[in-house]
Parts: sequence; C-alpha cells; structure tokens
Amino acid sequence: MKPFSYERVSSPAEAAAAAARAGGAKFIAGGTNLLDLMKLEIETPRHLVDVTGTGLDAITETDEGGLRIGALVSNTALASDERVKRDYAVLSRAIVAGASGQLRNKATTGGNLLQRTRCPYFYDTNQACNKRKPGSGCAAKEGVSRQLGIVGVSDACIATYPGDMAVALRVLDAVVETVKADGTTRAIPLGEFHRLWGDTPHIETVLEPGEMITAVTLPKPLGGTHIYHKVRDRRSYAFALVSVAAVLDADGKGRVAIGGIAPRPWRVEAADAALPDVKAAARALTQGASPTDQNAFKIALVERTLAGVMAKARGEAA
Amino acid sequence: MKYTTPAGDTVIDRQRVVGQPTTRIDGPLKVTGHAPYAYERHDVAANQAYGYIVPSAIAKGRVRSIDLAEAKAQPGVITILTTTEVDELPLGMGHTVPLFGGSEIRFYHQALALVVAETFEQARAAAKLVRVDYERTQGNHDFHALAPDAPLVEGSDGPDVSKVGDFEAAYASAPVSIDVTYETPHESHAMMEPHASIAAWEGEKLTIWTSNQMIAWSKQAVAKMLDLDPANVRLDSPFLGGGFGAKLFVRVDAVVAALAAKKAGRPVKVMLDRPLVFNNTTHRSATIQRLRFGAERDGRLTAISHECTSGNLAGQEGENGIAQTRLLYAGANRYTAQRIARLDLPEANAMRAPGETAGLMALEGAMDELAEKLGMDPVELRIVNDTQVDPETPNRPYSSRMMVECLRRGAEAFGWDKRNKTPGGMREGRWLIGHGMAVGFRNSVQMKSAARVRLSSNGKLTVETDMTDIGTGSYTILAQTAAEMLGLPLEDVTVTLGDSDMPASCGSGGQWGAQNSTSGVYAACVKLREDIAERFAMDPNTAEFADGEIRSGGESRKLTEATASGEIVAEDSVEYDELSKKYQQSTFAGHFVEIAVDAYTGETYVRRMLAACAAGRILNPISARSQVIGAMTMGVGGALTEELAVDTRFGFFVNHDLAGYEVPVHADIPHQEVIFLDELDAIASPMKAKGVGELGLCGVGAAVANALYNATGVRVREYPLTLDKYLDQLPAV
Repeated sequence: MKPFSYERVSSPAEAAAAAARAGGAKFIAGGTNLLDLMKLEIETPRHLVDVTGTGLDAITETDEGGLRIGALVSNTALASDERVKRDYAVLSRAIVAGASGQLRNKATTGGNLLQRTRCPYFYDTNQACNKRKPGSGCAAKEGVSRQLGIVGVSDACIATYPGDMAVALRVLDAVVETVKADGTTRAIPLGEFHRLWGDTPHIETVLEPGEMITAVTLPKPLGGTHIYHKVRDRRSYAFALVSVAAVLDADGKGRVAIGGIAPRPWRVEAADAALPDVKAAARALTQGASPTDQNAFKIALVERTLAGVMAKARGEAA
Repeated sequence: MKYTTPAGDTVIDRQRVVGQPTTRIDGPLKVTGHAPYAYERHDVAANQAYGYIVPSAIAKGRVRSIDLAEAKAQPGVITILTTTEVDELPLGMGHTVPLFGGSEIRFYHQALALVVAETFEQARAAAKLVRVDYERTQGNHDFHALAPDAPLVEGSDGPDVSKVGDFEAAYASAPVSIDVTYETPHESHAMMEPHASIAAWEGEKLTIWTSNQMIAWSKQAVAKMLDLDPANVRLDSPFLGGGFGAKLFVRVDAVVAALAAKKAGRPVKVMLDRPLVFNNTTHRSATIQRLRFGAERDGRLTAISHECTSGNLAGQEGENGIAQTRLLYAGANRYTAQRIARLDLPEANAMRAPGETAGLMALEGAMDELAEKLGMDPVELRIVNDTQVDPETPNRPYSSRMMVECLRRGAEAFGWDKRNKTPGGMREGRWLIGHGMAVGFRNSVQMKSAARVRLSSNGKLTVETDMTDIGTGSYTILAQTAAEMLGLPLEDVTVTLGDSDMPASCGSGGQWGAQNSTSGVYAACVKLREDIAERFAMDPNTAEFADGEIRSGGESRKLTEATASGEIVAEDSVEYDELSKKYQQSTFAGHFVEIAVDAYTGETYVRRMLAACAAGRILNPISARSQVIGAMTMGVGGALTEELAVDTRFGFFVNHDLAGYEVPVHADIPHQEVIFLDELDAIASPMKAKGVGELGLCGVGAAVANALYNATGVRVREYPLTLDKYLDQLPAV
C-alpha cells in the first residue's frame, strides 16, 4: 500500500471540494473494494476523503412517489427497508444475492455502484491489463475468461461490471444524483452511468474527477412480479455467471436487465419489447455478442435463465 | 512397543473414555482466540521483524539481476534477502524443486526476495519496489498437450505398471464392457491458515515457530537445506489452521524466515500471501484417466484396467489415480499403469487422500456406467465384486473389510431403494432430482509414533509428543487415550503437541495420525503402568487403573503415592513390522448423495448426503464425524466447483484467491449424515483403530457425478461438473 493522506468531511459539497483540491483523491465509505485494491496497489490514491460523516444515510420518499436512497445507505439497510421489500423487491433480492452479510453491512449504495471488475488479470499486477495499466494489453482475451463479458466488451477489455444491486437498479430505471466540485448537481440515469470499455477501459463511469454520488432515486413503484435470479457456481459468495433482474406482469410482459455479461447492467429496449417471447428477448440481449470459447455458454445461459425467470413469474413451482 | 501380533483384550476395550463423544479439549482456546497460531506468536521471541516475499512474475526462466536501490531506501526496511545471494538450497524431504536460492525460475510466484522491515505494511510496500530483470523462457504449461506422450512413472522397482492375468484377452471376450475416460482438474488445498513461520537464532541454534503437519520430517528437512546439525534445529507448531497436505513438508516461508533472521540479526516472521498459497506451494495435479472394464452379465468383473496420467515439475510422481484400483474389486485379469507429464507448473504434491480422491472420481464413475450397461443396481454391482483379499496378491487378506456392510447400511439409511432409476425421471417443479452413490476407499497406514507421559506428584498426567493437531482433534483423542490407560478423568490430562524437542510421532497426514499417535501414547502409558505397578509390587498385567488408583488383588493404592518422591516419566513408541505386509489395511465407506439440478439454468446443488464408514474403532465419534463431514464437503467442492484454472501461455494458476477458487460455502452443504459401523481392527493398531480423516472425501466426487447423471441423463466425465459442461444437453426450455 502506498502512503496516502486522509481527511473526514461532513457534507457532500465539502467532499467534492476536498477531492478537487487534492490530486489523486478517492472517496471512501465502506471501503470493501477500495481497500483490497489499495493493498494490491491496483488503486493508489494519494488522498482519501472519508465521506461517512456526510449524513447521506437516509431513505426518503420523493415527491414523485418514489424513493431517494442516500449514497451512504448500507446494502443491508437498503435490502431490509420495508418500502424496498414491498415496492422494489427485485432490488432487495439482488442485494442479498451479493457478497456476504459482513460485507453488506459495510458496503454503501454509492460505493457499490463503483465497485470494480473481478477479472483475475485485473487483480494480478504481473499481467497485462488495459484497465489497470492503459496500453499494456489484455491478457484475459486469450486467457482464462469463463467469467468474463460477452456483450458491450471491446478489443481492449472483456471485463464485466460485477455487481448485483446495479442490475436491479437498472431494471427499475434508477437515477444517480451527484455533486461536482463546483457545487453543481446532476442526475444521471443508471443506464448512462457505466461506460462501455471501448479504447478506454480504465474510465468506468461518466463521473468527473471529484464528482460524488449523493443519492440514487427510484421512480414510483412499477408493480408486477419482481425476480432476481443469479446463476453462479456456488450458492453464495460468488459473482454471477449470468443474473437476471426482472419486473414482469402476469402476461409475461415487462422489463429485464442482465448482469455478469457486460461492462454494465445490460438492458436492451428490443428485449423488453419482445417479452414474453423469451427467445426473441434473449436474442436481442445477446445480439452482437463476441464471446470467447470459454464463455460462449453464457449466450445459452442468458436464454435459459430468462426462461426460468418467466416460468417463476407464471407461478410454476419453484 | 513392537506391534507384531494383533492385540487381544486391552484396557482400551473398556471404552470408558476412549470412544466416547468428547468435545475438543482445545475448543475453548480456539473459540476465545487464545490458541496461538504461527504468525500470532508475538511472545515467543522479542523484536520480531516482518518479512514480505517478492514473487516471480514469470513461470520459467532466469533472474538476470535484482535492483534493490529503491526498495532499500523505503522507510522501515531492515534488510533484503535475494535468491541470487544464496546457492540453490538442497531439496528437503518431499520437495520436487529447490524452495529458494540461485537464479533459475521454475514456477510462477517462486520466491525471489524477502524484504524485511519494521512493520508488515512497510515490508509489503517496499517489496513492490524490488525490480527484477527476467530472462523468460517458454515452458510447457499445457497438461492436455503433454499428456498423450507422457512416459510411465518410474518407481524404485521400474515402471509403474501392474499386470495380473491377461487383461486384453479377457476384455476382448467379455460379454459386457466399457471404455471411458475421465478428467480431474488441478486442485488447491486452500486451507484457511496460509503457511507462516517465525524464525529466530541463538548462536547456531535455530527455532522456527511454524504451521506444519510433520514435525520430525520437517526438522530434518530444515537441517538439510540450511546445512545445520539437526540437534540445533527446533520446530514448534502447536496449532494449525488446516493443512490438507499443503503443510506436510517445509515450504519457503520457513527457510526465508530463517535465512533473513540470520541476515537481519533478529527474529523474522513471514506469512505467504494468499495468491502464493496457490502458486508458490503445492497442489493436486490434474489427471486424465482411462478405464476399461469387462464383465459377465451377472456383473462380475473379469477384466479391469485403469491408466492414469498426471503432471509434475520434475516428471516424478504426480497424482496416483490407480492405487485403489489395484485393491478395491475382485477380477482375475488386471492392467494398471501410471504416466507422468513433465509440466512447468507449480509443484504437484500430496493433497488430502492423494491418489484415491482423483482415482475414485474416475473409477466409481466408470462403475456407475457399467452398472447401467448391465442393468444392475450400482450398489449390487459393487457387492458382487467384493473381495476379502488383495486381488493382486490373494494370499494377503484384508485385516478387516466391511465394504458390503457399509453399502447395505448406507443404502438403507439413505432410502436408496426409493430413488427413481430412470435418468432424468424425477422432477420437483423446476428441479431435476438425482441420486448417486460410490464406494469410499482409503488405506490405513502403520507408522512409528513415539510419546512421553509424565505423572506428576499431584496425580496429573502430561502427554508430550511432536504430533500435530491440524484441526483434526489430536489433542482430544490423545488425552482420551492417556486418561483411559491411567484411569484418570480427562481433565487431569494435559497434552502438549507440535514441538520437535518432544518424542517423534507419526505426524498428521495420509489419515495415519489418529491410530498411530494414540498407539504411541498407549505404548508410553503401558510403560508408565508397569513402572507404577512395580513400585507397589503389583502385576501390571492384572492391575486395574481407575479413579486415580491402582488396584490389584484387593489392594488399592493412590497414584499420588507412587509420585510422592517425584514425577514418573515413561517414554515409548509403537513400531510395526510384518503386519502391513501380511494384511492389506484399508478403510471403507458407502457414499450416497441427492442433488437437484435447475432444469433451466443447470445449477446443481447437493440436497443431502450420507456416508456409512468402517474405520476400526472410532476413537471419538464427535471429532471423527467432524473429519468425515469436512471431507464430504471437500468432496462436493471437488465435484462441483474447485479447479485451478491454468493460463497455458504464461504457466500459472489464474484464480489464485478464495474468490476465484471456489470451495463450498455453508449454503452448498445443507444436510450431512455419518454412520460409523462397529468394527475393531487389532491388526491395524494396538488401539484397534484405523484412519478416518480422509475416508470421507474418497468417492464423494463420483457419487455427485453419478447423481448428476441420474438427475439429467447427462454423463459428465470432466470435473468439476460446472453447468457449462452440460447446459446444452439439458431438456429444451
């Protein structure tokens, strides 16, 4: 771990200003991903701005009938909130499908959106990785790639966004609220928040330097059946091979987002429009896929998982 | 004690303490955090400095030079030990390649330097600034590419091939036959506690507080590698956070700690980073195994062939998948052979139940396939092929063999007869349900083991031996043994383990620990009883030890009378002779598994599993059960998820952490049941016990694979059984 300086701030504006003031700064809240990466010197911030004192830990109702989730609301608090469990069950289910109880107690809503990929070549600093070291190449493409992305990836990087919470937020049309160093705020639809890798896989979101997430807002409840199905090799504490977040009506129409296959939660308008036709929806979701030999199975797995989710929505025995 | 003839009735047969379900006597220390593990032994030596290993970034080649300028200038750095400043260390016991020294690089994450600093963080930060200039050469990292040309393993008696009868002719003429090939992947021990050592010198005397399963072996290895008189080497390892074979032999943490402590002039502690546990230490080699069976229509095997290919660095033995096939089933015509590819990956070595784990994953899968082809119940197929003698050497009977009883008891308790025999024929909602079984088999090994017992003047007993407790329960069963022998309550016995200054035990490995280390304590206690009896002119053979007294012929004396003039010390060992040559000694299990497969996604989960085990006297049903269910859990990992993924270009295990190498989590293991059959084996050991610590693993993988077939109708012969290998063969959705 490289030496760094550390300060605590008490408001979002102060946080953004502090980050702008110090070069190479990062915000830290739960630190569940950042500290691991700092120990490996994959992340080497020169300054940490501790935002846990900024008071952004409430879930409040919005004028539009939705919810505003403060950036510091822990995964545990969010998943167990009665309003979330009742009206946005897909979000609750996605969160508890991720990590472990201990990690969810520490992890925050804002931080979770920013967790970095779990590509093993990103984690091994001896290996070429354009995300970790721009221009060094991608060792994963011809390497061990079973877990990695099949759509939205690029020649430069085939990593995935690893999280679960964001997949549910995507299907719910959540919006990310931020504050910039100059004090201005903006609202970013979640679908535009994570960037596709392209030639710059080291730039993962549209956040500007020093820009801080203050909240995530959910529109008014959609109703429908909320399902999150995470397919993985073991039953807990594993990242998704494929996950499906779905909000479906009784006739099987609705919306779906897919995790584990792309640089961001993957939602395709044509797929939503095709529902309840699983094959057509899966085709739309995996259109243009460029898998490796090792992860080509994910194309079929998307379709089969989606079919299983539809069956569940129809009330077929679990 | 020379154990040359099977024991008759002994004190142990009373089973007042031995054989009773006793919770671990070291449990309170562990749950309160007071059990000292190697890296936490802050009190054993003052002024400990922290070492951090600089691992090789390439798998094969040479170190041209190492630039330390930047690292040395970092705060807190005391010294840096580099591989090029010492000659290649000689091989210690069990080593395939040198642990340290010289400029040749043979595997990824090989230790090239150790940065020693005042704090762990300083050492780690400086280690990142050590600049190594490499000369990389291309290695052979692809096991599958090398396997077809792999030569036979050369044993001490020539190539490892065994032929009995005429396999080819019998196979060709058999009315029913199969020819199948199974593959198992590279696997990691992935125990909780990484390798760790603290080393300190006092003049020429070296002490290493470490985490090691085999103290006596490892003391000799350290002496050899560092060119020391063994009398000047002490190892101490009272607690281990798991080993599974990864700590059978000394690893690099101990030797670089010792070398750096000398250089720094103060104690140095080193723990392997988690990635180094995967790439710097040892692993179970992958295997490719071809099995051919010929059978009569009634299921009797007439021809058995098992060929196994594995890999290792220097081309000696890898994973011996054929060992059990030479012993398990009857059959007149047999051919077994073992091949080895010279593979540039980290060193392959023993991992829990080496040989049988991988071998049974193939053998017992093939037996399931044969049963199906014969239209026979898989349990019955095993039973008709039972043998009570070593089938390659029929004049060698088994010391005891209750395979059939294990299968019958297990099948009954599991409800085997209620399963749906049609593959893919049982469905509950979205779940395809399957049942599978396999035989578990693992040898019971006789090893010399010594102990010393001290009866103090207050009547309390201390057991001293260099035996280790790797989570297995050694402390408890040794205390039970001594308490039984001397007629003392368990709480009056203290057990001290893991110190090389104590009598050399069998150590922990190969499931030989329990029956041999308790037998060593038994032998020492026999001597102690004789000493005490003589003091009162009693006959030690008829005297009874109970309630802190010795009784004979109506006379009763307190043990504290014997120790009135000072403690009484007795030391002895158990040593074996011809019994293992005359008798085949093995343990048996029937494994039964129920799984559910998501018909849509192919996710496979174990719903329940049961093992019926015969392993001689069960010394402590609680700790024995813990061993078996832990092993069953490991078997589920091996069946469903565990695989070291190789980057065949760069020659390393890519998933080198516990997020990437997926061992089972609690949610994967919902229900386990263990049945121990009543069995006493006086041939195996004076305690009439056999090993049990690895039996629970042997066969589980195949039972899961056979259940997957029963659930889905898809036969997957490549472990682990991840869904990508059968998704396209599941029913359309």
